Amino acid sequence: MSLLDIRNLNVSFGSTAQPFHAVSGLDLTVNRGEIVGIVGESGSGKSVTMLAMMGLVDAPGRVTADALQFNGQDLLGMKAAQKRKIIGKDIAMIFQDALTSLNPAYTVGFQLMETLKLHTPLRGAALRRRALELLEQVEIPDAKSRLEAYPHQLSGGMSQRVMIAMAIACEPKLLIADEPTTALDVTVQAQIMELLVNLQKQNEMALILITHDLAVVAEVAQRMVVMYAGEVVESSATDALFATPRHPYTQALLASIPEHSKGARRLSTLAGVVPGQYDRPQGCLLSPRCPYVTDTCRSTKPALLPLMGTSVRCLTPLDSSGIPTHE
Amino acid sequence: MFSFILRRIAVVIPTFIGVTLLAFALIHMIPGDPILVMMGERQIDPEFYRAAMQRLGLDQPLYVQYGHYVLNVLQGNFGQSIVTQEPVLSEFLKLFPATVELSLCAMMFACAIGLPAGMLAATRRGTVIDHVTMGGALTGYSMPIFWWGLILIMLFSVHLGWTPVSGRIALEYDINPVTGFMLIDTLISGEEGAFKSALHHLVLPAVVLGTIPMAVIARMTRSAMLEVLREDYIRTARAKGLGRTRIVIVHALRNALMPVVTVIGLQVGTLLAGAVLTETIFSWPGIGKWLIDSISRRDYPVVQGGILLIATLVISVNLLVDILYGVINPRIRHAR
Ligand SMILES: Nc1ncnc2c1ncn2[C@@H]1O[C@H](COP(=O)(O)OP(=O)(O)O)[C@@H](O)[C@H]1O
Ligand code: SF4
Ligand SMILES: [Mg+2]
Repeated sequence: MSLLDIRNLNVSFGSTAQPFHAVSGLDLTVNRGEIVGIVGESGSGKSVTMLAMMGLVDAPGRVTADALQFNGQDLLGMKAAQKRKIIGKDIAMIFQDALTSLNPAYTVGFQLMETLKLHTPLRGAALRRRALELLEQVEIPDAKSRLEAYPHQLSGGMSQRVMIAMAIACEPKLLIADEPTTALDVTVQAQIMELLVNLQKQNEMALILITHDLAVVAEVAQRMVVMYAGEVVESSATDALFATPRHPYTQALLASIPEHSKGARRLSTLAGVVPGQYDRPQGCLLSPRCPYVTDTCRSTKPALLPLMGTSVRCLTPLDSSGIPTHE
Repeated sequence: MFSFILRRIAVVIPTFIGVTLLAFALIHMIPGDPILVMMGERQIDPEFYRAAMQRLGLDQPLYVQYGHYVLNVLQGNFGQSIVTQEPVLSEFLKLFPATVELSLCAMMFACAIGLPAGMLAATRRGTVIDHVTMGGALTGYSMPIFWWGLILIMLFSVHLGWTPVSGRIALEYDINPVTGFMLIDTLISGEEGAFKSALHHLVLPAVVLGTIPMAVIARMTRSAMLEVLREDYIRTARAKGLGRTRIVIVHALRNALMPVVTVIGLQVGTLLAGAVLTETIFSWPGIGKWLIDSISRRDYPVVQGGILLIATLVISVNLLVDILYGVINPRIRHAR
């Protein structure tokens, strides 16, 4: 049985009369100890998916799903108080902007020990010792004095390390890293990624790595899920995805890796941006931007269908030479 | 921290100089001859007139007068009442505790109602609770003090007979002013019923005086809370699995308090202005009533000294707020 099993997750915002589907019909499974990459341009619904799974999407946002199972427990029917015993302990999350993700009014030690106090019986000297140990584990130099430091005294990389320490404090079974390196310098990015992967191995935890940059996850993730406008458009093993992208959007993401690594925000290989609430097209959501678009694409919504060990949401998936398979 | 405090103090020195200039100018802004106005007589013995001029130093050039004035002030000499012949400072100090007691209680009332109301409105944003609370705050803010005081007196004192109309304590008690705070002194005196009487006298004026600050605090707390609740670190706190109450009290409130504390500090000026009216309505023997009485008695040295003392007070409190702000907000404290 997989560690995380999400089936048919839907998240919508706005009025019920004119809802905006930030996530629609999303399926995702993650196995124990596995690294799964979720990629897609910003606005694809990656963050909302994870927040919804953790129960952190507030009204008026609406979340529905056929199944939301974690570690054999049903998160859907669970009371909020019960869920809070899992969130932060067995499922932990770190975010893009570590500097603003730490509370400016409290020391690193306070915020770290707060998590430990909430989910473990540790108190007093043992609590402090564990906090120190965690800071050392995320390779923060001079950890002892960092316990008394305030967030504004830390660099971006250092804050992200603190966030990671907080996240792994209770040895979670699943860590969600939402664009953990996007806000950091390139050299620091590599260090943080290395740290995450090492911790994942040591703690045997599953890791969901969310990014808009394929290059970040290419070497570490076993499986990849590509999202576009709230939907999964392709899901497959990493090497298969890199060798033969089946979806035109995946192909465009791959082609843009060199620019992305240089910090480009937009996809040079695909004009336009992810459609928002008011400009979602009929038919295939990618149709306004897709280089292989046909008239059928503009009227017919493709389903996510299995194809040679992967799943693809395209009427004419690409073949191994990167060309659409017209019948 | 120490250098932070020193820097704050340095900043208020020019303000203080400005205030002394203003208070000094006051006596020269009285239309007509100050001595004649103060004496309120037309036929004055020229000998007496010259002596008065000399005593008040009014025969010197202005800059010399100002120099003398500042020197005197620095030595704690704020002039002398021409009615009671007592030093202004000692009159001020005698009456000051009554105003402080009233203002503190008003502020406590304002915070006790305003902070929770603002938090409630923010966490229940857009609901009936939010609208009712903020509607109430707006009403409180627009309430004219004089009218509000009279309404409460009519209801609670005249109609219901629950509270007395004026003064700090019933006449039958003779309380020895140990601290100057009636609530504390009555407890020290141990006289039966004295504390209750003092409390009864205090409630209405404190509510009247605290109404505007309460409304300001409620509105400020709400908007600060709403802002803070959108912050990334609130999402982090939720992702830790913390409960709603802890997130609001520990993670949001602490950050939302920074602007609120500033507002509370800035309310001290409003509070003292309000105290003048409130003390007059309730015959509360504090510096507000003292100042109004002195104006009607044309006791200009008292008015001059009183204004300087009150201004100094407001400056000091604002300074204190600034420093307190640095204590809660580590980012400001560490800024170079
Ligand atoms: N609380 C919210 N209310 C309304 N719309 C939201 C909210 N949160 C996210 N969205 C919208 O949902 C879409 C997906 O957002 P997000 O999951 O943050 O994208 P990603 O993480 O892939 O960049 C975006 O169009 C965003 O504007
Ligand atoms: S369905 Fe058509 S528009 Fe959509 S991705 Fe496939 S080829 Fe492009
Ligand atoms: Mg995101």
